[in-house]
Amino acid sequence: MDFLNSIILLTNFIIVPGITYGSQLALGAIGVTLIYGVLRFANFAYGDLMAFGTMVVILMTWYLQSKGISFGLLPTALLALPVGILLTIAVSLFFDKTVFEYYRNKKSNPVTFIVVSLGIMFVLNAVVRIIIGPNDINFMDGHKFIMKAREFKQLTGLNEGLAIKSTQVVTLVTTIITCSILFYFLNKTKTGKSMRAYSNNEDLALLSGIDPKKIVLITWVIVSILATIAGTLYGLDKSFKPFTYFNNLLPIFAATIVGGIGNPLGAFYGGFLIAFSEIGLTYAYKKFFKYIMPESLEPSTLIQFISTDYKFAISFAILIIVLIFRPNGIFKGKVI
Amino acid sequence: MIKNIDFRICFSVMAILTVLVGLFQSWGIALSMLNLCLISAVMAMGVNIQWGFAGLINFGVMGFLAIGGLATVLVSVPPVHEAWSAGGIGILISGLFLAAVVISVFIINKKLSKNKYKNFFVFLIIILSIPLLKFIAGPSISKIESINAATSGFLGGANLPIIFSWFVGAILSALVAFVVGKVCLGLRSDYLAISTLLVSGIIITIVKHEEWLSRGVKNVIGLKRPVPYEVNLQKSEWFINLVQFFNSSKLSNVLDPEAKISLLNQLVISSSGVFVKLCFSLIFLVVVFVILYFSEKALNSPWGRMMRAIRDNEEAARAMGKNVVKQHLFIFMLGSAIIGFAGAMLVTYDGLFTPSSYQPLRYTFLIWVMVLLGGTGNNYGAVLGGFVVWFIWIQSAPFAMVVINLFTGHLDETSYIKDHLQNSVPYFRYLMMGLGLLLVMRYRPKGLLPEKVIKN
Repeated sequence: MDFLNSIILLTNFIIVPGITYGSQLALGAIGVTLIYGVLRFANFAYGDLMAFGTMVVILMTWYLQSKGISFGLLPTALLALPVGILLTIAVSLFFDKTVFEYYRNKKSNPVTFIVVSLGIMFVLNAVVRIIIGPNDINFMDGHKFIMKAREFKQLTGLNEGLAIKSTQVVTLVTTIITCSILFYFLNKTKTGKSMRAYSNNEDLALLSGIDPKKIVLITWVIVSILATIAGTLYGLDKSFKPFTYFNNLLPIFAATIVGGIGNPLGAFYGGFLIAFSEIGLTYAYKKFFKYIMPESLEPSTLIQFISTDYKFAISFAILIIVLIFRPNGIFKGKVI
Repeated sequence: MIKNIDFRICFSVMAILTVLVGLFQSWGIALSMLNLCLISAVMAMGVNIQWGFAGLINFGVMGFLAIGGLATVLVSVPPVHEAWSAGGIGILISGLFLAAVVISVFIINKKLSKNKYKNFFVFLIIILSIPLLKFIAGPSISKIESINAATSGFLGGANLPIIFSWFVGAILSALVAFVVGKVCLGLRSDYLAISTLLVSGIIITIVKHEEWLSRGVKNVIGLKRPVPYEVNLQKSEWFINLVQFFNSSKLSNVLDPEAKISLLNQLVISSSGVFVKLCFSLIFLVVVFVILYFSEKALNSPWGRMMRAIRDNEEAARAMGKNVVKQHLFIFMLGSAIIGFAGAMLVTYDGLFTPSSYQPLRYTFLIWVMVLLGGTGNNYGAVLGGFVVWFIWIQSAPFAMVVINLFTGHLDETSYIKDHLQNSVPYFRYLMMGLGLLLVMRYRPKGLLPEKVIKN
């Protein structure tokens, strides 16, 4: 019984939140890695692109709610998602045409790209704050819990409860669907293959008749889809605040580089690695050891590796360790 | 497009703009804007030394500014004796332990440089030392933080004049930059940008949450000043005489003696604030001139030429026998020291240290906009960038207000759109910054004052 309790405890506090947060990071990291692989720069505006997409979804959700439309048990935001995706694609393509294309044709160095992406970051930041304001917005509706801690206790008769929020399930399912489609596209279809070829060796790809404009266009479309979905899932799970979205860019970068920059599968694993180490290292294991250890060996301290204040710092530290010892990432990077 | 703008013209324009702000808004606003312009100019010069001279992309500006700010607390605040007697020894022991860990990592790195398990050992030491450090320092930290938690709850500082802290901030920043540089400088440009950004995130987390050191999110307020306080000024004889002298014509117009005294009192109160800001401006001006002078000297010295050579062609410089790694590390420390100096100046001017206010957008990327807009590799450009960007940053809200009123003038007073736009006026400054940066990068990629290439 104690063993089961300890397992449930870990599931409730580490595994379920880890999978949710990991999925959100993974979706974001795949977007960053695709931009890096195909367009060859680190896009600092990505966090704010996520915020923009989420903002459109929220506005659309409000509109749908005012018309009395809802999605039953699921959050209405899922219905609003296509509109958000479309507008985010439009914004991405607009900035590509007006800003990035010029530097791409000039073959500018990566630093110039980073700098102009900072400019876009400022602009998107302002646009989001001007339209929807800087405050916390909760736009989750529908059924909140699939399993409440108390219900679980009654059902199983265990001491520990297991709470599963519906947003957590929605996040996981959406991530699985999105990633399977994406990896099928990249690995099996002709366009996906040409994208990988272009990322691997630009000149050779051009020689074999791949249209670079089409590749760039498709990349922005995929990236915008991923950004909107990741942003919306994060906002549903926690809440929407423009500033947090900018801050989330940092763990997303960490996940991207840890997984090998330019490698989507690596970014996927990187997201989960970062999420689980952030949650696993800041969790206090005292209760867990109480269950599995004999009474005489019960721990007196919290058995916490580092306090929760340092949650973000853990992902940064992991990134720096990886950068020193394996600059190409844990999974070899640079090719999508 | 004008190829070369003389820097004297630019600075005259900025001076005129500042005077205009003084005449039309108020002298207090103009001077506080000027002061922040000057501090920004110092920050921009620090970044310019790293990016303009050496091509090192440092997105960790925020972290070094925070270290400078921390230095003001550590230097100027009076020590909390109770806290020292309660937990001082524990903190000192854990400091020694930390030093031992760092030294052992270095020794392992040196001694076992051929051993393939080297990395594993280093990793193991670091991982094991964190819980141990918590175990050693934990009890004393909680003791320190429990003493007068509402008013102090930290160790305090050395109770020295706050001017010292500017130099201490510079030294501390340089030391941190040494460690960061050792770790990160070998990375390629974009990796370096990301990793310095993340390192600054770690620094901010530490400053924010180690309350025994910095009071963390509880902030330190009422820091010392290198200039007189308004309250003392308002009582001193010479200052009242000075105000009387400057406003003699205004005062002589008033005939009633009582009204004269009350007017004088008002004038003394309003001008004491201006006077304090003026003192700050003078000190900051001296700092800007000194740093500008030495940066120009350095840029035009053989050392400056070498740095530019390394920046423009690293391979060739290496082939000429220049130690690129060492020079990169040195210039990274130098630039970070100047940034730390500016961070201490900023906290001194504000009079309070608020770790939670450090955000990358305001304290890293805005400084970068200053450097890029002003002119990479040109010290005058960096100073100009500091001026221009801060001027736009402050003045874009009133400007946006005017524009919004112009476009929504026909709308009803209670109109939702008008109300919403007026509430979001502060965010137009981000829009201005972004558009400004994009336009400069497109049409004047070398900045307003481009780098001068000396050919002889």
